[in-house]
Amino acid sequence: MPVFEVHGKQYEVDEDGFLENPEIWNEDVARDFATTEGVEGLTDGHWKVINYLRSYYLQYGIAPMIRKLCKETGFKLNEIYDMFPSGPAKGACKLAGLPKPTGCV
Amino acid sequence: MADNGKPKTELLDQLETGPWPSFVTEIKKAREGSPVCDDLLGQLELSYQEKKGHWKHGGIVGVLGYGGGVIGRYSDIPEQFPNVAHFHTIRVNQPSGWFYTSDAIRTLCDIWERHGSGLTNMHGSTGDIIFLGTRTNELEPTFKELTEAGFDLGGSGSSMRTPSCCLGQARCEWACYDSMKLCYDLTMAYQDELHRPPFPYKFKIKCAACPNDCVASIARADLSIIGTWKDDIQQDDAAVAAYAAGGLNIQKDVCDRCPTRCMDWDGATLTINNRECVRCMHCINAMPKALAPGKERGATILIGSKAPIVQGALLSSVLIPFIPADELLETVKELIGRVWEFWDEYGKNRERIGELIQRVGMANFLDAIGLDPAPEMISAPRDNPYVFFQTKSESNGN
Repeated sequence: MPVFEVHGKQYEVDEDGFLENPEIWNEDVARDFATTEGVEGLTDGHWKVINYLRSYYLQYGIAPMIRKLCKETGFKLNEIYDMFPSGPAKGACKLAGLPKPTGCV
Repeated sequence: MADNGKPKTELLDQLETGPWPSFVTEIKKAREGSPVCDDLLGQLELSYQEKKGHWKHGGIVGVLGYGGGVIGRYSDIPEQFPNVAHFHTIRVNQPSGWFYTSDAIRTLCDIWERHGSGLTNMHGSTGDIIFLGTRTNELEPTFKELTEAGFDLGGSGSSMRTPSCCLGQARCEWACYDSMKLCYDLTMAYQDELHRPPFPYKFKIKCAACPNDCVASIARADLSIIGTWKDDIQQDDAAVAAYAAGGLNIQKDVCDRCPTRCMDWDGATLTINNRECVRCMHCINAMPKALAPGKERGATILIGSKAPIVQGALLSSVLIPFIPADELLETVKELIGRVWEFWDEYGKNRERIGELIQRVGMANFLDAIGLDPAPEMISAPRDNPYVFFQTKSESNGN
């Protein structure tokens, strides 16, 4: 199991760097993981996205569809990429401590 | 291990014995200088022995700013095959019609030998240049070199996939519109949708410049743009006679094979009842010097084909019977906008547009995108028509 080390802390992650135990998530986890996804400083906008993903995940057990994320947070997809350069699935979901979203490529 | 230090690949070796080119042979050729090849073959041999795949599904890797273009792949037995522990695929947007200078291909291959396995697939079924196998830390450097050389990533995941086209007017006299230009213009118009997946699922666009459909758009593109003509087939009687004199059996090999039997050959003259022509291209393919598509050229737009994944395979069906060539880009963009809006609003996760149309019905779909039903939308007359009953006429008490 790969381990992600930051600020003297250690997190168990999968091979893509997603948190292995989503239940240990807290806001510090988001700040710690921000460094790996090209996110510099978490603004209110970042938190709005992270908190939405988090609450959707806790309710439904999966990540929402992109369209729903944009609609509910009021951000356009491009604005989400501005905040999370690696994108909503890889970037925002990782900071929100969700397990790796699945999908067909 | 075999005596030569290479892994034993007895099952894979059988794949080299057939009459066709073999990927096993090609990967073996690439062993020199690329340490991944032995592990790649070793893992596949093991998969064949165990009848079990050893690639994990669903890696999420990428480059900053893009949500697609890289497909993450990891081995589930990295201790045994460390060189393919990471084996990510990169999709690179191909040039329209797959025209390259030899310099461009050398540049691509050099980049890939520096940063990946050196193995490529030219081209994937969507049309992209496929770079097979690299590690996560090589993604950004590869992307940087690609963009510096003028290339960009293609689509993956729930994005508009890299549009592709036949070589059209560049090489083919039957091209009814400039498929390469349309493909390029659509690619440039939808860069956002290509690189940042916004949809319920993938969306593929393919441009074929005549009904021969060399990119098989009718079978695999959500939006198929197929060249056609509106007037009569152009006919050169002297050339028809020359084919007959040259030994072509026009009755048997041309007329009798016409799906609507709209051609007559009396031994001297060929008569075509153009009203009945369904643009199958058979007669034109059989006598290319004598027959050619008409002069009033444009394209038919079809929607909804897909390969079987979530549901079964679908072929595209006609959405707009004819658009003149010079109005094509504008009309297609307008149409795509309406289709995407509807699909975005009502599509379920992983539902292709063709499946959505089946679920809600063609009538509701046409209504939503503001198109009137047309007879051409029926795939075969009196066979399987879409029926448009309005609620009003149904409740008339009849």
